[in-house]
Amino acid sequence: MSNLSTKWLKKSPWVYHVGTGGCNNCDIEILDCLTPRFDVERFGIKLVVSPRHADVLLVSGPVSYHIKPRLQEVYQQVPKPCVVACIGACACSMGIFKDAYSVAGPVDKVIREVDPNAIFVYVPGCPPKPETMIMALVKALQKI
Amino acid sequence: MENYLYYFLAFLIFPGFLFTSIFGLVVTWVDRKVSALIQWRVGPPFLQPFYDFFKLWHKELLVPSSARKTGFLFAPFVGVTSVTLIATILGVINLNPEFRFVGDVIVLVYLFLIPPLTIVWGGFASGNPISALGAGREIKLMVAYELPFIITLATVLFKVGTFSLGEIIEYQQVHGILLQYPSMILAFIVSLLVLQAKLGQVPFDIAEAECEIMEGPLLEYSGPPLGMYKLMNAMLYVTVPWFIISLYWGGTIFSGINILWSIIKYVLILTVVILIKNTNPRVRIDQAVKFFWGWISLIALAALILMVLGY
Repeated sequence: MSNLSTKWLKKSPWVYHVGTGGCNNCDIEILDCLTPRFDVERFGIKLVVSPRHADVLLVSGPVSYHIKPRLQEVYQQVPKPCVVACIGACACSMGIFKDAYSVAGPVDKVIREVDPNAIFVYVPGCPPKPETMIMALVKALQKI
Repeated sequence: MENYLYYFLAFLIFPGFLFTSIFGLVVTWVDRKVSALIQWRVGPPFLQPFYDFFKLWHKELLVPSSARKTGFLFAPFVGVTSVTLIATILGVINLNPEFRFVGDVIVLVYLFLIPPLTIVWGGFASGNPISALGAGREIKLMVAYELPFIITLATVLFKVGTFSLGEIIEYQQVHGILLQYPSMILAFIVSLLVLQAKLGQVPFDIAEAECEIMEGPLLEYSGPPLGMYKLMNAMLYVTVPWFIISLYWGGTIFSGINILWSIIKYVLILTVVILIKNTNPRVRIDQAVKFFWGWISLIALAALILMVLGY
């Protein structure tokens, strides 16, 4: 990863939203970021509709067995460099679904199966505030 | 020999690639900023389209296994080249209306067909069923808006009695702008609606409907080719209004106070585009075809008949 590429990436992170079996609570908070009150377009953050255009994957929800291969496939479809943001307690650590029979594991474990070098951001909360999500993205992009 | 050098520089720098791309990206920022202000948001910073473009150039390029590789990678570059050629011809003729070659308006009409065709090409080449759906919609939309566009063009060409853009501009410098005639005002309104469809802006962004078919033909694109498509759209933002200004509004003159007046003409057309974009929902493809082949073609025909009657 060259210096120059991350310089532009910091200025325009395009996010793609993946739901992996969450309760819709985090998804609604993600949509809140796009409202005039928070207006993430100020930082160049844009919600895109195809994983091929994405720089950041926003993953919400504990990964169920059903969605696990899909999440891995979507991750492989994203052009690198990219960041995976685990939104909410479930995505970070499975939350209240820990040890449940239908859950494959937290997002980082599932994605490390296909790419051990993936970059993660953890945004805990049930659901996290939109401010927290924006701050997490900004901090993560500064760390790359 | 010097002539070749001049046209080569014209293609690469002044009205061609460099000028049109930078101006187009700035116009994209204006579009996004004004849309944000209309929605009571703050909007992106000034350099945002440039950041997006350079970021896409530094991203990985993925080619899907189902794609036809040559067409998939070639299409966006063909599109950008054709828009550059349009900008060069328009710019050279606007700078110097004496410059002409046989039937240059016809050449421009054909060149304006190439950018949507490259989107269709890329969409079908990417081997994704949703992209193919979007590409099919792009073809239907193109067939829909070309009919009124050609009728309005015929109105102008028969009024002036020439196939040369330079002569149209000179005619307007001698006799006053064409917009003073009622028939031309009708044709101008039709052209503005066709402009909206040619730019793929909101009431007619059927081919690239984000929330419906996921940007359609652009769905499988990543990295540099996606950046080229975004650049092509940005350059169309400059060239299509410029063509309409040359046809109806006396062209643009790059000297003294006239530069300001040329920019004001352009900004007025841009304002109309952005306002239509922000106040209308997307129509279905059958509604768009009915709209262009029904009322809009009738208005264009009315303009043609009024022109023949001498108004």
